[in-house]
Amino acid sequence: MGEREPVNSVLVALLLGGLAGYALRERKAVLKHLDRITFYSVLALLFFLGLSVGANDVIVSNLHSLGLKAFVLSVSAVIGSAAASWIVYRFFFGAGDEK
Amino acid sequence: MKSSLIIIVFFTAGIVVGLMMSGSGLSLASGMSSYALHFLLFLIGISVGSDLKVFKILKKLHFKVVLVPVSVIFGTLAGAAAVSYFIQDITLSECLAVGSGFGYYSLSSIYITELRGESLGVIALLSNIIREVITLTAAPLLLALFGKLAPLASGGATSMDTTLPVITRYSGRDYAVIAVFSGTVLTVLVPFMVTFFL
Repeated sequence: MGEREPVNSVLVALLLGGLAGYALRERKAVLKHLDRITFYSVLALLFFLGLSVGANDVIVSNLHSLGLKAFVLSVSAVIGSAAASWIVYRFFFGAGDEK
Repeated sequence: MKSSLIIIVFFTAGIVVGLMMSGSGLSLASGMSSYALHFLLFLIGISVGSDLKVFKILKKLHFKVVLVPVSVIFGTLAGAAAVSYFIQDITLSECLAVGSGFGYYSLSSIYITELRGESLGVIALLSNIIREVITLTAAPLLLALFGKLAPLASGGATSMDTTLPVITRYSGRDYAVIAVFSGTVLTVLVPFMVTFFL
């Protein structure tokens, strides 16, 4: 990696987007393209992420071990969040919403 | 699910091109992904700012709906922390940062790559894609084990878009509203929480 991006500038982009979105909230003709443009920019992002992965020899040779770590992390995170949501469901939602 | 496949195809294509370019691809990729990340965050801002239904949901369902994303945050972090001891070469705070993607792989992986390099970035990408895939495929199982909030809790930030159809199908329409609320809150929190832990 070269220069580290000041992360605050990304949060500024988020905030500016929020203000722009609020200003544009009645302009449905502009907003209807939003999902598609977002999807295209996600594709561009992931392509460049792939590029930086493929160009990095250390990562390429460790891809399967990175994958296993990722799998363990996500299974545990899913179980943790589902279990925590059960507590909220049981005490705050369950009784009223069953019927 | 289809869009996830397209995303994986683009990611794989990037890897292939990167393998051919080797070292020279690195600086190009980090520069371009930084621009794309700013643009993506700007777009997310627009989508949240232009549609304030989240606040209507909050009003209608009262304060208890806030407990849903809060429980997802604590549950996810507890889950990530629980396995951090067994995962070599990754610190507790790095595990928590990866978990803080809440399934939002495109954003969290770029972010973590910027902060900690490609290795942890790849783990964040795979881990959060896997979280989405688990939600899409195991929603009925999660529902049976942990109740109606479980599929949307598992979806995390994706419960507002990609996993919403599955959540609606298994938990019911009432829970679709909660899923949109919880997913939106978590989506906005991803950059803040990832930065907090790294």
